[in-house]
Amino acid sequence: MSLETALSKPPRVINIGLDVFALELQAAGVPVIHVDWRPPAAGDPRLLALLERLEGDDEE
Amino acid sequence: MALRSVVWPSFYQDSIALMRVAEALKELPRVREAAALMGTPANHELLASAGLATPESKRAGVGDLILAVEAESEGAAEAALEAAKDLFAARRHELEQAVRVLPRTLDSALAHLPNANLVAISVPGPYAKFEAARALRRGLHVFLFSDNVPLADEVELKRLAVSRRLLCMGPDCGTAYLGGVGLGFANVVPRGRVGCVAASGTGLQAVVSHVAALEEGISHGIGVGGRDLSAEVGGVMTGLALEALAADSETLVVVLISKPPAPSVLGPLEAALAEVGKPVVACCLGEPPRLGGPVRWVTTLEDAAEAAVATRRGMPWTPRAFSDPRAIGARLARVRAETDRRGAGVFGLFTGGTLAHEARLLLEPLVGPVASNLGPGGEGSGHWILDLGADEFTVGRPHPMLDPEARAARVREAGRSAAIGVVLVDLVLGRAAHPNPAGPIAAAIRDARVRAAADGRSLVVVASVVGTAGDPQGLSRQIAALEAADADVLPSNAQAARFAALVVRPDLAPSLLGESP
Repeated sequence: MSLETALSKPPRVINIGLDVFALELQAAGVPVIHVDWRPPAAGDPRLLALLERLEGDDEE
Repeated sequence: MALRSVVWPSFYQDSIALMRVAEALKELPRVREAAALMGTPANHELLASAGLATPESKRAGVGDLILAVEAESEGAAEAALEAAKDLFAARRHELEQAVRVLPRTLDSALAHLPNANLVAISVPGPYAKFEAARALRRGLHVFLFSDNVPLADEVELKRLAVSRRLLCMGPDCGTAYLGGVGLGFANVVPRGRVGCVAASGTGLQAVVSHVAALEEGISHGIGVGGRDLSAEVGGVMTGLALEALAADSETLVVVLISKPPAPSVLGPLEAALAEVGKPVVACCLGEPPRLGGPVRWVTTLEDAAEAAVATRRGMPWTPRAFSDPRAIGARLARVRAETDRRGAGVFGLFTGGTLAHEARLLLEPLVGPVASNLGPGGEGSGHWILDLGADEFTVGRPHPMLDPEARAARVREAGRSAAIGVVLVDLVLGRAAHPNPAGPIAAAIRDARVRAAADGRSLVVVASVVGTAGDPQGLSRQIAALEAADADVLPSNAQAARFAALVVRPDLAPSLLGESP
């Protein structure tokens, strides 16, 4: 994926959060998958920060 | 009176689902108050202040759902809690029918939609960075609707996005259009040749709706979030978005919509605008327009749309205060014939932050300082602009574009104040917004005017509607509903603000209408 494709390819969307947005996209004929989201790390901010760091480190 | 509550552990529901269920419970017989909330600290405070907290509800954690009902009897409260189960189950069923698979993670979603190119994220602010960073690391563009995201997180996310040449639209990005597809709160507009970069959701909605009314269309509308042009973020996503539109063959005219950029960002921004290589219209509300140069600077959202369309058509264009000054003159004469007993103050009640900002900017040179929650100044002037979508009004409550009741209550209150002569409102339509925002507001306008009349006063209500004929709410139906309540509906937010000024300052008519009052 790159900047050049952002506007030239039709959107295919993964929706995380408000389900109304997935339903609107679905109704408009846009390919969409809605994630059944829960707060990561059970909503524990310290655990979340740790997870974030781990994912960032993986990347490096 | 009976107060009952239950906690469903690890049962996450989004804020709109919770609002709809709470609304439905309040409609049940003998139910006085109902709440459906996740157990966040802010929500615990909200429950306590509403008198709905119980020892059980207080034990709920952030991932747990709290249902609380106050009813006339134990039986009615129990019945409401039972009904809530059915409501959530029905909602889940509807979602499953529509989208079929509901993976639990981004990676499993990618397995179902391998060519996905965009992740739309609207989770609560504290989790937004985690989810958005994950999407960017997988090479996906991000539409980040979530608000309450720390500025430092935004800086980090956009740095990551820019390093990979990916769009990170937001945080706090209400609306975007990519290839004709509307994301978030999006008006239904035709595809066309006008491309927008917007650090403002309702600003983008207003511009694309005006463009559609002028029978042109939108190629793309890239939202960047309201803080992109701050010193901290440095306009990095605006820069990338301008680059994308410059390279896009569909886009023939580019419009930039924002509040004034930070001084440190202005220079690089102007350089980037000059490098687009296509006609550019810049509307940085509050930033004095430049004369000459390759960029056409305008001062209102309506002017941005008109200038862009005129440029696209190769037509000359000059800004005007009113599209039909003669009709405005007649309107003003009718209002003045009603009675002279009217308050001197303009009271703006807005759902769109940028629309509120624009109204204040236009009112101040005409009526003097205007107090507002948008920023300091104007205290004691008798004029007020409230942005009801601001954080202080939406903690634990849905945005007024989704739930018009809080504003309706304020419109009614305005009818009781002898100091208020004009109530100024916006209405924002589009996909995902409230299905009939004019309904509750029109009812409140009637009540407020009746109340003022009972005190021998007249109250003028001036409105504008951001929307298109294709919007699910129907632009003409919404306007008709407001007009049936005797609101003066103007063709744009800018014209509505100017008309509001004329009502309290009719001596301005010669300069604004170009004729004798």
